[in-house]
Amino acid sequence: MASMWKEFSKGLWAEIPPFRLMLGLCPTLAVTKSANNGLGMGLAVIFVLALSNAVISLIRNIIPKKVRIACYIAIAASLVVAVELLMQAYTYPLYQQLGIFVPLIVVNCIILGRAEAFAGKNPVHLSIADGLGMGIGFTMSLTFLGALREVLGYGTLFGHGLFGPDFHPVHFMVEAPGAFVSLGLILAGMNLLSIRKALRRGENPADNPMPGCESCRGCAMGRD
Amino acid sequence: MMEYFLLLISAVFVNNVVLAQYLGQCPYLGCSKEKGVSIGMGAAVIFVMILATPITWLIQYKVLVPLGLDYLQTIMFILVIAALVQLVEMFLKKAVPPLYSSLGIFLPLITTNCAVLGVAIVVQRESFDLGTSTYYAFATGLGFMLALILLASIRERLEISRLPLSMKGVPAALVLAGIMSMSFMAFAGMI
Repeated sequence: MASMWKEFSKGLWAEIPPFRLMLGLCPTLAVTKSANNGLGMGLAVIFVLALSNAVISLIRNIIPKKVRIACYIAIAASLVVAVELLMQAYTYPLYQQLGIFVPLIVVNCIILGRAEAFAGKNPVHLSIADGLGMGIGFTMSLTFLGALREVLGYGTLFGHGLFGPDFHPVHFMVEAPGAFVSLGLILAGMNLLSIRKALRRGENPADNPMPGCESCRGCAMGRD
Repeated sequence: MMEYFLLLISAVFVNNVVLAQYLGQCPYLGCSKEKGVSIGMGAAVIFVMILATPITWLIQYKVLVPLGLDYLQTIMFILVIAALVQLVEMFLKKAVPPLYSSLGIFLPLITTNCAVLGVAIVVQRESFDLGTSTYYAFATGLGFMLALILLASIRERLEISRLPLSMKGVPAALVLAGIMSMSFMAFAGMI
């Protein structure tokens, strides 16, 4: 039980996917025009990630090592098709808002990255805990970034007006540049926190640089 | 003729795949540290997009739609792209070794580049015909390469300047991408 909590909770802060692991940046930038979209995207990713981790972990000893990435992609793609059909049936407006980023969950590095780094090596219950934790961390990040951009860019939160008629929204925040700049500044803030922590422990912060896209194992495809 | 020119301008500048459509962020941030690497990556992306888009187009309209299986679009497209990339890699290795040595190392990275799958899906949603789809894929790849080379050139300069430790690497690249995206938005007046 304790080990399950450990794998679950690491995704919530210590290894929160987009902000620490740099996984899944495309949807993080693209669907965070509003908190609602961010939340919806996050829920879809939780569904796919928890189930793909579970399935991959179940059959991890059957998959031949050489074709494992192709298998991971096939499993993730089947789950994404299921999500697409469910969203078309029950949350059609959200499905239209998210646009091509629903099918693109397939190539979201979080799915492949967690499959390769965790689910392919660990038992089922830990893999589900890892998938849920990472998914919830991803959802929190997207909702936070979406809320930030929505509040500043439209003056609303989850569609409710906050400031009254005198507020002048900063349109920059809901356009593409605002997405890049606000994500960049959040990452810088996360860096600053870990540098502070390293300094307090008396370590040299330059020894533990922020991971680049190396943590995305999708890129390692076909390498070994 | 004019509409093709406008499509090119639109795909390269106004709706740039990275800076306006947010696709392909991983290679955009990961492969933009050196100019040489960014040119190789950009060329490999153009190459795979030009091949993958017509093939997925044909699969969609000649196989999936007649059989009534178009809900399988996502899973078919990604498997076709993955297989295609492997085939291209093996073909180049045997047939064109010089090209392989310059593009080969980038090919495995491309399967999970969401820009490739993204373009294949976008041309279906826009209902382009086969020729326009291929041309649009080329233009999109060109836009990706342009954005990648520009960012790499800036980051090479940035390496030798003093930045706060917390901004080094990806955060600085993202803020730069934001500024570039702002300047690319100015092209919107052209079309």
